[in-house]
Amino acid sequence: MTTTTTPATGVSTLSSSGVFIRRSLLHSIRDGEGLLMAIALPVMLMLMFTVVFGGAIQGDGRYIDYVVPGIILTCAGFGASSTAVSVSRDMTAGAMLRYRTMPFVASTSIVGHVIASVVRNLVATAVVIGVAFAIGFRPDADLGGWIAALGIVTLWILAVTSVFAVIGLIAGSPEAANGYGFIILFLPYLSSAFVPIETMPDWIAPVAEYQPVTPIIETIRSALVGGEGQPLVSILWCLGIILVALVLAAWRFPRTPVR
Amino acid sequence: MTPVIEVRALQKSFRHQRVLNNLNMTIDGGVVALLGPNGAGKTTLVSILTTLIRPDAGTARVLGHDVVRDASTVRSLVRVTGQATSLDELLTGRENLAMLGKLLGLGRTATNRADELLERLDLAAAGRKAVRTYSGGMRRRLDLAASLIAPAKVLILDEPTTGLDPVSRARVWDDIRQLAIDGTTVLLTTQTLDEAEALADRVTVLHRGGIVADGTVGELTALVGGQSVVLVDTAGSVLERVETDGTRASVAAALERMQRDNGARVELRSPSLEDAFAKLTQIEEVAA
Repeated sequence: MTTTTTPATGVSTLSSSGVFIRRSLLHSIRDGEGLLMAIALPVMLMLMFTVVFGGAIQGDGRYIDYVVPGIILTCAGFGASSTAVSVSRDMTAGAMLRYRTMPFVASTSIVGHVIASVVRNLVATAVVIGVAFAIGFRPDADLGGWIAALGIVTLWILAVTSVFAVIGLIAGSPEAANGYGFIILFLPYLSSAFVPIETMPDWIAPVAEYQPVTPIIETIRSALVGGEGQPLVSILWCLGIILVALVLAAWRFPRTPVR
Repeated sequence: MTPVIEVRALQKSFRHQRVLNNLNMTIDGGVVALLGPNGAGKTTLVSILTTLIRPDAGTARVLGHDVVRDASTVRSLVRVTGQATSLDELLTGRENLAMLGKLLGLGRTATNRADELLERLDLAAAGRKAVRTYSGGMRRRLDLAASLIAPAKVLILDEPTTGLDPVSRARVWDDIRQLAIDGTTVLLTTQTLDEAEALADRVTVLHRGGIVADGTVGELTALVGGQSVVLVDTAGSVLERVETDGTRASVAAALERMQRDNGARVELRSPSLEDAFAKLTQIEEVAA
């Protein structure tokens, strides 16, 4: 035991964010089952849509080239949903109580969860793209197209993770946080991810057309396999979602009950 | 000299229910036990002193720093171990301590400090395992260690031994005693009187949001009056109790009144802290 009495000085927001990013990445690696699911689920989903449904859906074009961009985006949602549980666990267990009594910005623990989710999802995306190539995905994108597609994917992962982080802040328990997340996971099914909007009934087509996932998928699709994209609309959607999430988090975080 | 903790006219209500009622308290150092029944306001007071919640009225200062206006300084002076353990289940004990050390600004020395602490608390072997494999006692002790990773002027422990077996409890008590020797001011809340009796230089009794008594264990027990003469059977059960005012004459008179048969014996008893607590908080004393 030391007898020095120089009190702790605390650390900057950047340093505490760094500490928490490392912690959340360690969580991702240690939680083997979670990591396996984060990678296996997207791959299974893709195999289901290409191999199982692919034959029936196949139109004039190659369905695999059509569906892979949609799968990539759907996967980002899967991988990000665990952020809600991690954030909720921090908020409802004693950890946050301790962080809030220490001389640094306690909300940086959420930054750790968000960044770790982005890293986890990019790894899952890489695996999905690898498997897609193995089963016949043949995009004709150049380097610029790939960079644009990955840029939008990263931005979308960040946006959807931010939403899940807010869900984690609001939910009363990690279990509830897990449940709320499912609503967001349905968005890609109501978009042009798996089938063109023109094939949907009239009453649902506008919903599919004007929700954020459709322009983002179309942008990724155009960057990788050609077609019409909406890069500006996609970026604005992602930045808008991140902004709203930040405002909600900044409002909610100080108001979460301390016990 | 600036008091370590100074609380003046502190008030706090939750949903129109007053939890702290015009509370005044001064702590100059040592180990102080905050004793009170459930709902007395102990944890609310701890939450205010550790900047987790704001008081409705009144002031609380730690070494002269206001807990509301100068919260960041207070956060660097006070460490707290709450009732719920704050450990990260997926990290090892050592990683938990090192992480908190880094967050407190220890930098690269955080890991060395974590090793030192684990060694001192006899947790070196456990420190390499994930916290989710720990027993309740180990969790508690590691949680306490988490508050010691960087030097602190004040350590607040909210019911540090609740749910521990006697052996683990004794170890936590030893840790707390060592801290006091090292010069840290310790404020601990407890519901168990023997804990207060064993550790505290001073006991403050909190009841319905206010302080009803404050002093050494001796001073508090003296508050409840003189000794009583108790007739106890061979199994230790109290058969009869006669209160005295402590004078020789009254004790003699009490002995005179007692039956002495069936192998029962007469004992002269001083009030315990338990008696003092019961009287101070007006709890019906349960017959022994």
